[in-house]
Parts: sequence; structure tokens; C-alpha cells
Amino acid sequence: MTLLAVERIKLFSTRSPYWCTALALALGVGLTAIIAGTTDNGQMSIGLTQFGSSQLALAVVLVMSALAVTTEYRFSTIRATFLAVPNRTSALVAKTVVVAFIAAVLGEIIAFGSWGLAKVMSPASDLAINTGAEWRHVAGVGLLYGIGAVLAIAVGILVRQTAGAVAILLVWNMLLEGLIGIIPKVGVKIQAWLPFQNANHFLALPGGDPAEQPGAGIDFKLSQWGSLAYFAGIAIALLVVALIVAKRRDA
Amino acid sequence: MIEAIGLTKRYGRTVAVDDLSFTVQPGRVTGFLGPNGAGKSTTMRMILGLDRPTAGRVLIDGKPYAELNRPLRTVGALLDAKWVHPNRSARAHLRWLAKSNGLPDKRVDAVLEAVGLTQVARKKAGGFSLGMSQRLGIAAALLGDPEVLLFDEPVNGLDPEGILWIRTFMQNLASEGRTVLVSSHLLSEMALTASELVVIGKGKLITQSSTAEFIDRSTGNSVVVRSPQLFKLGPLLVDKGFTVRDGDDGALSVSGATSDQIGDIAAANGVVLHELSPQRGSLEEAFMQLTGDAVEYHAEIGK
Repeated sequence: MTLLAVERIKLFSTRSPYWCTALALALGVGLTAIIAGTTDNGQMSIGLTQFGSSQLALAVVLVMSALAVTTEYRFSTIRATFLAVPNRTSALVAKTVVVAFIAAVLGEIIAFGSWGLAKVMSPASDLAINTGAEWRHVAGVGLLYGIGAVLAIAVGILVRQTAGAVAILLVWNMLLEGLIGIIPKVGVKIQAWLPFQNANHFLALPGGDPAEQPGAGIDFKLSQWGSLAYFAGIAIALLVVALIVAKRRDA
Repeated sequence: MIEAIGLTKRYGRTVAVDDLSFTVQPGRVTGFLGPNGAGKSTTMRMILGLDRPTAGRVLIDGKPYAELNRPLRTVGALLDAKWVHPNRSARAHLRWLAKSNGLPDKRVDAVLEAVGLTQVARKKAGGFSLGMSQRLGIAAALLGDPEVLLFDEPVNGLDPEGILWIRTFMQNLASEGRTVLVSSHLLSEMALTASELVVIGKGKLITQSSTAEFIDRSTGNSVVVRSPQLFKLGPLLVDKGFTVRDGDDGALSVSGATSDQIGDIAAANGVVLHELSPQRGSLEEAFMQLTGDAVEYHAEIGK
């Protein structure tokens, strides 16, 4: 518990988490506002409310999470951390828990904020959250952010520098996994096992307009919750590798 | 007490620290002396468990650093004053450190007071001058009221007032019975601060001895003599068995004699002196002598 408090003090005594939070909110909810503003009243769907949260704002949260470790390396405060807490694994796990928790809460705020805004802007649309799938689509965003944060921290620990970690995360999340689908025949088969594709699969609404859903056309072998577990498994596996490397490496 | 036993660090084919063994005793300031690149910082990082030794080990009060419970209460270290987040206030920086080792917030205010940073406690550490950063680093080291303190080149780049402050501070800490290890590449600085020296060069231990002993050994009694009558004085000095060499600007460099002796000889023979100045051997010269790496004229000075 002490270590969690330490990481909380560290995180909130710098400005970047506030900026990233504000940016994620602005982009996530903002995109929904634009979509709601340009869609005819009555035509908004729950699927359309979460584009900003699950695609755009997620990228910002990944960056924020990676920054939480890479700035420690950048300013060598990681060394001060390891001096204060020689058990590097517990220090880094504490950081991961704090950042993932904040990311998850932020995810819920952005998801329900987007949904609420759409409801206000497009009152004639049917935006009631009734089914389990609809709940998953909105409330699941927080889970996605939390797991994404774990993955981003793992990359941050491994790469140790902001530019590298951010580039890897953004290219991976926003470009690479999508581009693999271009490969004829095997592309979509590979995509079925890529972490961010599975994350999207978890959020997907059954029977929704395929064009509205990222990851459409991929033949996933896992159930939606299975996809989430798979995404989480990859994030945790990557974190374990990062922790082992951090433990062995000279700080 | 700090105890290094056969400490070795290799980076690929480069050996940064080579089979280094020494002890640092409580109650005095021990200087860790060596030219730049001798392996001082690497050794300190290994003492603190930041770098993993290739071979050997180092113990603090009989334990490796990683096994210390709440290590800040046993060991305080200032390796680099810039190890702070520039946007974090001095107080926030100390607060998370204190929290991590179960130290109360009032300890944070106490150390800020002790180093004279109370006024700027809520200012961003990134805006601090080098001297202020150094004080913040020392405040962090003192947080847990530790028995063992390590400082890596603490006076580098400081103004004379800051240097004096740190020097006095370290001596006070030692006089309270603490173990203080401070590294430097400046012999002159160590001569004023430390009473015991651990001297390393190229990663190897050259000597561990008291400062006085080391300086006696390393400062060859060389004296620079300037006079319009050197042609007369030179042979007189050679007759007395001193080694005389031509120095810079037509001066003579005399080894083996004190300035008193040379002054007396000059007076007795009616030689006018324009300069008579004893030269302290530099650390580099001392190294050359002690390692036997010396070019010839350095060897002469010592004789």
C-alpha cells in the first residue's frame, strides 16, 4: 500500500498526467460530439458514441502510461526510486497498478461522458443501454484502458525512452495491426491474434453495422470475453518480461 | 561501515572496476579519489545496488544494499543532483522518497530546513541552480537520518561558498559517528575534507591510507626557483645532492629540498631570489608515481 501511495504522489506531482487526461477527454468526448453533431437526430447509435473513446483517446492513454515510466528514466528518478525501494519488481508493479487504475477510471469517464453527450445532442436517437453487449460496449472501455496502460508501461520499461516507446505504441496500435490485414489471405488470420484487434473485438456490438466497427471482417477464434482475456494476457506477459529485464539491468 | 570485496565490473571487454577491495569506517570522512573515468561512480552505483557487479560483492553493515529494510534509513546517497523531475517541487520530491521508507512528512520539512531550502520548497526543482540542486540532493540523502552517507563529486561546479558548506557539512556528519564516503578527482579538495583516502586508478585500488600519509608520499618535494643568478645557484644545489632540472620560463625545479633549505643556501651565497615556491604534486602525478606508470621526470621528482 505504501508503494501505491508513493506512485500516486509521484504521478500527481507532475503535470503530464493532467495534460494527458485533459487531452484524452477532449479527443474522446470531442469526437463523439462531432459525430453526434453531424449525424441526423435519431440516427445516433451506441456504437457511434464510442469511436472517440475506443480509438482516439486510447492512444493518448497509452502515451500517458508510457510517459509514467519513460520520464522516470529520462530524469533518472528511476534510480532514486530503486534506491528507496531496492525491490524493483514491487516498485514497478506498484506504478503499473496506480497508472492502470487511473486509466480505467478515465476510460469510464470518457465512455459514459461520450454516451451522455450523445444523448443530450441527439435526444431522438435510441441510446438506452439495455443489453449486456451494450453495457460491455460502453463500460468495457475502462477495462481496455486499464489493460492498455499495463501494456504501455511494459513497453516503456523495456524501451526506457519516451520517443521510442510512444512511436512503438502508436504505430502498433493505430497502424501496424490494421495494415497487417492488407496481406492477402493470411492477413486477417494473423489479425485474429493481434492484441489491439482482440481489444476491439471485445467491445464489438453484435449485429452492428460492420462499417461502424473496427476489426470488422476478422474471423476471431475467441469469444468477446476471451478476446479481452487474451489482450490482458499479452499485456501481463509483456510486463513480466519487462520486470525481469528491469531487475537484471543496471539502473 | 562499507566493505567492498573483490568488486569487479566489466562492460563487454572494458573493465571499469577491477577486483576492488576496501573498507570505509564510521566516524570519519573517507575520500574516494581517482581521476575521471577511474571507476568511482560505477563503484558507488554498485555499493547502492543500482549496478550489478560482474564479480565480488559490497556490504553495508554486513548486508548487500538490496537486503536492507527501508534502505534510506541506513544509507543516504547523493550520486547526481539532477536525479529529480524538473516539474516536481522540491518538497514533493522529498515527500515521495520519505513515504517510500515510512518517514513522516515532518522529516521532509526538517531536512529542507537543514539544507536551507525551506523558502523554495514549493518551487519546481527544474529551476534550481546547481548549488540548490546539490542541497536538495543532500536533503534527500539525509531524509532517513542514515548511518552511512555516500556523495559522488558533491562539490563539482559549486561556488566557493557552496564548497565550504558541503565540506563542513560532511565533516559534521562524520563527527556524529556516521560513515561518510565522498568521491572526488581533486586531491586538493580531498586533502581538506577527508581524513582517510581510498585511491583508485583504472578501476584498481592504488592505496588506502590516511590522507596525511598519502599526501606526504605523493607530493614530491619539488620547489620552483627563479633567480637572475641561477647559473650560480644551480651548481650549489647539485653539490648538496638535490636534483635540479630546468623548469618553465628559465626557472629551476629542485627536487628533494625544502624551500627553507634552498632559501638558506641562496642567502649564504648571496644569491638574489625572485621566486621560491614549493609545488604540490598533482593527483595525476601522484598516480603516475604510485602506479609506476610514470614518465621519467615524474619519477625524478619523488626521489
